[in-house]
Amino acid sequence: MAAKKIKLSELGEMFKGLDVEALEGVKIEGDIEIDLGGAGLSPQVAQALGHETTQIAAHLINIARILGYPADKVLGIGGAPGIPAQAGRPVLRELIPAKFQANRFEDWKSQIQEVTIGATSADGGTRKSTVTLGGERALPFYPDAPMPHRPHITMDVFDMPIGMAKAVKSHYEDIINSPAEWAKKVVRDFGADMVTIHLISTDPNIKNTSARDAAKTVEDVLQAVDVPIVIGGSGNPEKDPEVLEAAAKAAAGERCLLASASLNLDYARIAKAANEFNHVVLSWTQLEINAQKELNRKLMKQCNVKRENIVMDPTTAALGYGLDYAYTNMERIRLAGLTGDQELSFPMSSGTTNAWGAREAWMTSSPIKEDSDWGAREYRGPIWEIVTGLTLALAGNDLFMMMHPGAVAVLREITQTLFGSIESEAIDISGWTARGIKP
Amino acid sequence: MRVKSPLEVYRFLPQINCAECGETTCMAFAARLIDRSKKLEDCPPLLKDEFKSKYLELARLLAPEIREIVIGTGEHAKKVGGDDVLYRHQLTFFNPPLLAYDVEDTLDDKALVERVKKIHDFKKFYVGRFLKLNGVAVRAISGDRTKFAAAVKKVAETTPLPIILCSLDPAILRAGVEAVKDRKPLIYAANETNWKEVAALALEFNLPVVLFSENLDTLKSLAVSFAEMGIKEIVLDPGTYPAGKKLRESFQRFLNLRRAGIKEGQKDVALPLMAVPMTAWFVENDPVNASYWETVLASVFIVRYADIMILHSLEPYALLPELHLRDTIYTDPRTPVKVNPGVFEVGAPTKDSPVIVTTNFALTYYTVESDLSSNKVNCYLAAVDTDGIGVEAAVAGGQLTAAKIKDTFSKAGFDFKEKTSHSTLIIPGLAARLQGDAEDATGLKVKVGPPDSGRIPGWLEKNWPPK
Ligand code: B12
Ligand code: SF4
Repeated sequence: MAAKKIKLSELGEMFKGLDVEALEGVKIEGDIEIDLGGAGLSPQVAQALGHETTQIAAHLINIARILGYPADKVLGIGGAPGIPAQAGRPVLRELIPAKFQANRFEDWKSQIQEVTIGATSADGGTRKSTVTLGGERALPFYPDAPMPHRPHITMDVFDMPIGMAKAVKSHYEDIINSPAEWAKKVVRDFGADMVTIHLISTDPNIKNTSARDAAKTVEDVLQAVDVPIVIGGSGNPEKDPEVLEAAAKAAAGERCLLASASLNLDYARIAKAANEFNHVVLSWTQLEINAQKELNRKLMKQCNVKRENIVMDPTTAALGYGLDYAYTNMERIRLAGLTGDQELSFPMSSGTTNAWGAREAWMTSSPIKEDSDWGAREYRGPIWEIVTGLTLALAGNDLFMMMHPGAVAVLREITQTLFGSIESEAIDISGWTARGIKP
Repeated sequence: MRVKSPLEVYRFLPQINCAECGETTCMAFAARLIDRSKKLEDCPPLLKDEFKSKYLELARLLAPEIREIVIGTGEHAKKVGGDDVLYRHQLTFFNPPLLAYDVEDTLDDKALVERVKKIHDFKKFYVGRFLKLNGVAVRAISGDRTKFAAAVKKVAETTPLPIILCSLDPAILRAGVEAVKDRKPLIYAANETNWKEVAALALEFNLPVVLFSENLDTLKSLAVSFAEMGIKEIVLDPGTYPAGKKLRESFQRFLNLRRAGIKEGQKDVALPLMAVPMTAWFVENDPVNASYWETVLASVFIVRYADIMILHSLEPYALLPELHLRDTIYTDPRTPVKVNPGVFEVGAPTKDSPVIVTTNFALTYYTVESDLSSNKVNCYLAAVDTDGIGVEAAVAGGQLTAAKIKDTFSKAGFDFKEKTSHSTLIIPGLAARLQGDAEDATGLKVKVGPPDSGRIPGWLEKNWPPK
């Protein structure tokens, strides 16, 4: 194919209309033809057409250099020895200067609702501290807009001993029979921002304890700790409304998070209890963005729950067991919220503890003989919980319900680092290629 | 990709609906090009001379936003980059990040070979295949050319995986390159000081090269300069700090580079990105903490835009989550992963072997199948067509029912009287509530197995043969 030749004057013509200030002072005289080789415009030139000023100039200067035009002299660029030229390629003596700029190009339109959990005495409660979620104007940790509140962690407490992975259980054996002591421990020893009391003994298929017993447990936990709390039912759709009503009443004025309202139970009763006793509703759906919209809409329109009293739980699936669905579901919900969907612009909560359901987290070794050794399971569980939570933190999740103290510590460290509240000593990474690691 | 609709692509196709591409019409083929499930080369007429200009124009329009480059050779060669979107639901992400694990050139031969083999051999079964690590990064700790070259050579002899040569000293890099030049290694790295020599090396041997600078102006300047010199296979490393505000800034550099590349079409920086989570080892002294933190950094950058990573820990508790998260983020969200329904043999079943029911969700099916086959359980395994939904969700959603179970066996022509001596079915523990219905529908004995298929072998010991 015939090589396409263009003239320098044509180049000038092509760049006309672009703002080529840096070319001022370079006057190209005569009409030298440049061999661009191959068909059409060379990719470099084509690319340059879309480039910013400095680069077009640099490019032209290089073309000029190849042609022997004394661009260096004109521009006063030094004559350091360059690398050997490849056939038809320019000799570069200096790096071509460039400026990187990422524009704030995403279409963030709306802010995620701010929701405060817990009430101090000034607001009619007895908590020493409160937790505010939401308020984001961009995806989490993005430079586009400051993230007003860091992610928070609420640790699980159960109202009866339950089956747990060994690595988790070892931390709770001493207090497993007392929800109040358990709650104290997670706040005092593990730095939980909040406590979740799961009233699972109320399930008719477990112990069928009464709503009154549940209310008493909630009172005990509120007495034991002064952080905000989440009140969780047993997950039994018939029993939960009654249990959560009684618990909401016992905790009146404390702005607890009631977990949960869902489409498969009488959510109106839970919403009503929240409205009446000043609590926040957790709107829980199962990995389905439209169901989440529907439930939020119903809570707002049908049940008159105020925007500042809604948090969503779009469901957490463990790493390797549906995290792809959970991640994308959350990311889509958050993107929708940030780009104007008022039915999805609420803070999100994740049952990160679900990670322990993955067999990699708890099985002694792989049931599959061909697998490489899975190693010690006590190290596998916590990291499974961390990675599951962290992935969702990046998708936009604000509140993490967690179990393992080590996992809590690491998730807190990384989310607060990305949030920007953790300093570190200065370190030099540029020499990593030559720095040995002790075995 | 510069085109969004099949119509835009169709204009450039031969429009003769010859179906040689495997699609019935050119328009259907255009749609496949847009979703990137077919390549231009799948249309033979388009490759003819008369269509050359259209072919070239289409190739340009269809090229992914982020340049795709190849590291290594042969069947282990890895493509990196090639993405078109910022969020996986908008299409899917392509080319899962290349996870390379480091080897120090100061290791003695035995230790080196052992470590490389570990990298090469690690595998974890998942959804019908093995998740694996895919690269070795040789680091020049010794500062000695001959030593580095020898280590690189040894690595190359031990594994066919892609190799990354890591040093900022061009003379050492050259020695490494010469030792494995036919393996298309990736050169790490050119920076502000050594760029001329490293560029010369990349040009001379035609190799992909990483550019490093944590200053994005400098990084772009390097990229523009290398492009100008005719180097096309470029990876950018904007620096991975392991802690504090600097880590936050690293994260934001990845975001901004990728957004500039994909959303703004800034071609100079629309290149694969490299993260180096192994810097975690420079702030954590305890090996468990360091492995954990390294995995945390790897997770952050798997989710947000790294295409290549260099890591250190080979502890299974670090590797398993890294491999699973990479798979999580890079599975194609458009296709429910399912297997064909039917009744399959696992091992060599006889009339006395159990008949086990599961769903056709790939994750479920392969988990069950491998739990059985790797434990040498001979049996029949029935995959019920649940539209690719797992057991619990399918029971909840009505895709796994007694009628469907019955259907699966009759469609497969599986006659219990003829094939078994026991006329018994085993259903998943999580589908226990189907037991009665299934007995009525099939007229067979139905037993409820454990909730997790990993427990089937143990369960069979106690419950098989059925009394
Ligand atoms: C991912 C997921 C989804 C995905 C499904 C993706 C898919 N292709 O399957 C999506 C988003 C589509 C989904 C939707 C729904 N889901 Co869903 N989902 C999950 C999730 C998070 C993980 C499920 C999973 O993949 N597990 C891994 C696979 C491998 O497990 P498995 O199929 O059960 O197989 C194991 C065992 O069953 C056993 N096994 C398998 N076969 C056999 C055979 C024998 C003989 C034996 C002994 C054992 C055995 O071993 C396997 C390996 O451990 C779970 C919650 C959780 N964390 O577990 C909820 C969950 C299963 N979903 C649930 C629900 C309710 C739904 C929906 C109905 C929600 C809705 N209202 O829309 C829909 C139904 C959709 C449909 N059926 O069409 C509920 C089910 C509750 C219940 N027990 O009834 C769960 C438990 C969540 C919850 N806590 O509420 N879901
Ligand atoms: S092979 Fe090409 S010309 Fe033939 S139908 Fe497919 S796209 Fe059209």
